[in-house]
Amino acid sequence: MPNLTSKTPSHDPSGMIRRWRRLQDKLIHRFFQLNGLLSILILLGIFFLLFADGFPAVKHLGFQAFLTMIWNPTSFVKATYGLGAMIISTMMVTLGAMVLAVPIGLACAAYLAEVAPSWIREILKPVIEILAGIPSVVLGFLGIVVIGPAIATIFHLPNGLNAINGSILLAVMSLPTIISISEDAISSVPRTYKEASLALGATHWQTLIKVVVPSALSGIIASIMLGMGRAIGETMTVLMATGNALKTPHSIFDSVRPMTSTIAIELGEVPFGSDHYHGLFVVGFILFVMTFIVNLIADMVLAKYQEVER
Amino acid sequence: MKKTVLFEKLGFFSLGLAGLLVLSVLIWIIGDIFVHGASVISWEFLTQSPREGMTQGGILPAIIGTFLVSLITIILAVPLGMFSAIYLNEYAHQGPLVRFIRLSIRNLSGVPSIVYGLFGVALFVRFFHLGASILSAGMTLGLLTLPWTITASEEALKTVPKSFRDGALALGATKWQAIRTNVLPYAIPGMLTGAILGLARAAGETAPILFTGAAFFVPFLPKSLFDQFMALPYHLYILATQHQDIARVRPIAYGTGLVLIALIIGLNGIAVFIRYQYRKKARMAS
Repeated sequence: MPNLTSKTPSHDPSGMIRRWRRLQDKLIHRFFQLNGLLSILILLGIFFLLFADGFPAVKHLGFQAFLTMIWNPTSFVKATYGLGAMIISTMMVTLGAMVLAVPIGLACAAYLAEVAPSWIREILKPVIEILAGIPSVVLGFLGIVVIGPAIATIFHLPNGLNAINGSILLAVMSLPTIISISEDAISSVPRTYKEASLALGATHWQTLIKVVVPSALSGIIASIMLGMGRAIGETMTVLMATGNALKTPHSIFDSVRPMTSTIAIELGEVPFGSDHYHGLFVVGFILFVMTFIVNLIADMVLAKYQEVER
Repeated sequence: MKKTVLFEKLGFFSLGLAGLLVLSVLIWIIGDIFVHGASVISWEFLTQSPREGMTQGGILPAIIGTFLVSLITIILAVPLGMFSAIYLNEYAHQGPLVRFIRLSIRNLSGVPSIVYGLFGVALFVRFFHLGASILSAGMTLGLLTLPWTITASEEALKTVPKSFRDGALALGATKWQAIRTNVLPYAIPGMLTGAILGLARAAGETAPILFTGAAFFVPFLPKSLFDQFMALPYHLYILATQHQDIARVRPIAYGTGLVLIALIIGLNGIAVFIRYQYRKKARMAS
């Protein structure tokens, strides 16, 4: 009769295999853990590398040099490194985009979450996904060949490559973000809220405006912040469609050059190691910090909203 | 009472209009590119190099360049994304560290693409001395795609029921054996979908490759990963803004745009198809 009571299987007399397995499992655990830390490493890496490559310019020129308005490092008379006009341009184009995208995006999100019959939802949801996937360079191209001439004709301008053109394109780019996150927020408002409102005699519309949307507000705000972060950091569309004039903009019909365009235009041509080269990393660093803050706010608002949900 | 009903009708109607507007924006984008680009597309356009200062010929080097860069992107981003997701979903315990990792991932996905470009220049081109090359550009795009592949992989892992893991563990499997035999096989299609979607995004990016390897014009096809390359999105940018005879190359620009959009929508379609098949199978199994 075979020995059924033996606790150690005959092929592993001293527990070697078991111990090896346990060690192996621990090593695998560590391996995956290191990979998990990678994201932190990359984020810190971006921060430090941009800082390290921007610092020589700040050290050499002084921080005040960057606090002026006009950026013109290649001037023959006097090189200037002011970030003012650039930051105003970025803000202007982004704000214009939000004015267009927020009402349309929120209305579309509310429609998808509360009104649309399911067959329309089945069509619109992939539409929004595809819209999110359209490359920015294609939109920039359409800004040049379609929207630019249209703006020029409508407003009687010599050409249509200006801030408003960029705003229209950025609105298209941030719409998918705003719609999908707002829709999530609106859909996850508990049914009971709606039922209570309807039971009190409110119409469906009143319920939507006075109960559902306010309950989803933090998610909606987060979606707007994320859309804004996208617009601030977008490069190709503004590079192609806003005209790239190096001056302080006064109206939305002025040609502007946001921070992203400046980096894209100049980094390819600057001599490595010059003040100009390091100055562009300062622009990149500030851009990084701006989007970081916007994303962080969105994150905090979202976290709060999920807390309320629970 | 009648007034509120009218008001409600009007309100819902305007919400519907917003939905219609979004739909028409997409139709306009694709329609315009298709109408102007379709007549340019021919076998020659897809299989020849640009000739006579890019006013003639095709876009083959740009197609090949985009393909090679995407390959590097995938090789870097997909395994790393999978490993990170496995850690987050299978090994990690909730705590400050994991919360910090997740915060980093969310923030990375919001970092502007031009900032990834700067990072790629500073790290790959300068620090690692890889120069402006396919390798530098591909790795820069790989880092950009990473947050997406991590998120998609984690979502795929989450769909595998806990009982699958418990079953293996109860039979004496180690944690890794349980993951390898009872979790990963079921999560792979979802991870694949995420990888393809990430790839579609990377293939359309221009800003990160501007200074890490994309070239205005390369007369020959790339011979090694250390060569500069032409890429579809960069080619479109050049033809639209930097060419000396913009009006004459406009049809070619439209054709390039159409190939790029077709590629990206095609990749999205494949991802959706895999997801659909996989869900159907999952439904039949349960």
